[in-house]
Amino acid sequence: MTATEIKTKTASWLDERLPLSAIREFLDHKTVPVHSATRWYYFGGITLFLFGVQIVTGLLLMLYYRPTVAESFDSVRFIMTRVQFGWLVRSIHSWSANLLIFVAFVHMFSVAFTHAYRRPRELTWLSGIALLGLMLAFGFSGYLLPWNQISYFATKVGTDVAASTPIVGEALARFLRGGDDVGSATLTRFFAFHVILLPMIAGGLVALHLLLVQTSGMSTPPWIPESRVRQMRFFPNFFLREVMVWYGALAVLGALAAIFPWELGEKADPFASAPKGIRPEWYFLATFYTLKLIPSHVWIFEGEIMGLLGFAVLAVGWALLPFWGVTRAGEARTRVVTGIGVALVSYLITFTILGYYK
Amino acid sequence: MKPFRVVLTFAAALFLAPVLLPGQQPVTDTCVACHSALVDDLQKPATLFKDDIHSSKGLSCADCHGGDRTKDDMSVAMDPAKGFLGKPKRTAIPQLCSRCHSDAKFMGKFRPQPRVDQFTLYKTSIHGKRLATGDENVATCIDCHSVHDIRAVKDPRATVYPLNVPHTCGQCHADSKHMAKYGIPTDQLDKYHTSVHWNALTKGNDLSAPTCASCHGNHGAKPPEVASVSAVCGTCHVSFAQNYDKSIHQPLFSEAPGGGGCVVCHTNHGIQMPSTAMLSGPKAVCTQCHDAASDGGKAAAEMAGWVDGLDAALKRSEGVLMSADKSGMEVSEAQLRLSDGRENLVKAKLAMHTFNPDEMHKPILAGMAIADETLKVGQAALREKNYRRWGLAVSSLLIAITLAAIWFLLRRMEAGGAGYRPASTHAPYR
Repeated sequence: MTATEIKTKTASWLDERLPLSAIREFLDHKTVPVHSATRWYYFGGITLFLFGVQIVTGLLLMLYYRPTVAESFDSVRFIMTRVQFGWLVRSIHSWSANLLIFVAFVHMFSVAFTHAYRRPRELTWLSGIALLGLMLAFGFSGYLLPWNQISYFATKVGTDVAASTPIVGEALARFLRGGDDVGSATLTRFFAFHVILLPMIAGGLVALHLLLVQTSGMSTPPWIPESRVRQMRFFPNFFLREVMVWYGALAVLGALAAIFPWELGEKADPFASAPKGIRPEWYFLATFYTLKLIPSHVWIFEGEIMGLLGFAVLAVGWALLPFWGVTRAGEARTRVVTGIGVALVSYLITFTILGYYK
Repeated sequence: MKPFRVVLTFAAALFLAPVLLPGQQPVTDTCVACHSALVDDLQKPATLFKDDIHSSKGLSCADCHGGDRTKDDMSVAMDPAKGFLGKPKRTAIPQLCSRCHSDAKFMGKFRPQPRVDQFTLYKTSIHGKRLATGDENVATCIDCHSVHDIRAVKDPRATVYPLNVPHTCGQCHADSKHMAKYGIPTDQLDKYHTSVHWNALTKGNDLSAPTCASCHGNHGAKPPEVASVSAVCGTCHVSFAQNYDKSIHQPLFSEAPGGGGCVVCHTNHGIQMPSTAMLSGPKAVCTQCHDAASDGGKAAAEMAGWVDGLDAALKRSEGVLMSADKSGMEVSEAQLRLSDGRENLVKAKLAMHTFNPDEMHKPILAGMAIADETLKVGQAALREKNYRRWGLAVSSLLIAITLAAIWFLLRRMEAGGAGYRPASTHAPYR
């Protein structure tokens, strides 16, 4: 039997059992609009790629990581010093987590500024917002796992903020900590959230998000007339470009991991005083700094509660963008949304920088 | 009753109350009142006393000087019949202070566990003994604690606050005229200012660092006796004193002139930071007794070499580990291990006070092993760092080649616009 015959027979055997021809048909017809904003499409792909990196490196870390107060720090040190390429896996996992959140924010704002949230893509936007929230939860839960001094006290601050939530705050903080304070139960819970609960929800949401993107196709910004837009074949033309971008992201990750390996710090000591200048991860800095600036009392209300309520209203308002960001006729309110988007980006950048340096 | 009458009656009652109610008027301290109105030395006690600890505890001039502070008439207020003492004689001062300070019941009102042994100790001191012979030149309570503006020991303004003690003692002991008739040196304060103890006290902000009183005692002040010098130093330097007591030098140094014990090598008031230069070289103290070519001199040089060698080895390891740490390598375990090496260096310096090279060699060997072990870890981390950089370069090159290959592939594929569909058409792909 010749090689061609083997190939043909294998293909027809698989065709009989799998919807390969449907997939081939789909790929043959899937196109990507080519215009001045096409480059922003890649950020969704990079986010997906980094999510994949997180799954692979996370699985590798799980081979050695031990989620107990007594062993977690030493197990991470063991990974970094004794396991072959353990340092690389852990550093890539940490750097990729941060890049993932950064790229997810860029992706979200690019969708907002190109008004890709319009009908019929409301659910795509909502699932994306939910995914961003999940990525932040991944970051918060994963930060504690090495059980070092900074992560321990940052989690204390983080769960204290959660405790300030009106009505449910105390219960929420107790649920997160598994007790009155950050300790052994918190580590076990955060590990369970990080490797089981959140990945399960995120996996489902990623699948839904991708399905919605495929169903609705790629959006073209409202200021570019459809009549002028060329279409590029998704496979292989766009796909190969996507692969190039992924390779670029991989190179950046490798360089960051090799030149700036993610540090381990000192083992958490609950009886020690909090390290000087304790602050959360950069993606929570804007919120953290804003809460610091709010006075302890605003009129008759507690300042922190007012701040948290403000953030909740802002987050819900932003999540509902597809519903207030369009006119009754379904046209994007470009000026309003762009103005609010620019204000939001400026606020996040300014307060993150201030939170870092002050 | 009309409201106006109510107000008037209330005001009159308030105005007349101090006159009509016996014993309710405030007591005036006539000592302070009169002396405040005087000038110079007669005014000074009244001015100073406002900040005196005794004043804050409710005591008055009359509690020490006697008399009746409630009487305006000077002849009555300062009537010897009312116990007025005037300015107490210097020889009477310790006893005067002890009327309260040796009374446990009275002092118990101010402190749950009062100290009442000061006068007893003072009587055993050189100061107390000489005062008893009528020498008014020696220190009494007021010379150290001041008078009329006495403050608690913990008050930084107090003359007996640790930082101020050397100056307080130095007021007399650094005064060559004052000390002339006793024939004792007056360079102690100057020497102390150059010492490691003064540095610890002032630059290291360590208020527990020794001052004059730590070695000589305060109320029972006297020079440490020859046999007790190592015991005095051993109050803080416990392990050193224990090793020294076991050494061959202990019985020999006990008879040495100038204090003996630790003082033979370290001196007393001007103690410097010990180093191996004390063991060998031109400034070695060992050569005061041992010729450099003798067995003792050779042993001292050997011990100095061991300490310097271990110190250099640990510093080298520390430098390599720090360099690895700065470049992001995880070497915290080795850095922690290095502190065991430092501990062995301290143990070696400690063991040196037995003056037995065999005792000293054990921690030196242990420390050298740790220095070697941590150096290897640091060097391996630096090699690993270079290996990672090379790995990064190779992988970046491979990624660059792959990217270039894909780019050429795309260019070839898309030659002539293949893979694109023109705008507004449903024409098939080219």
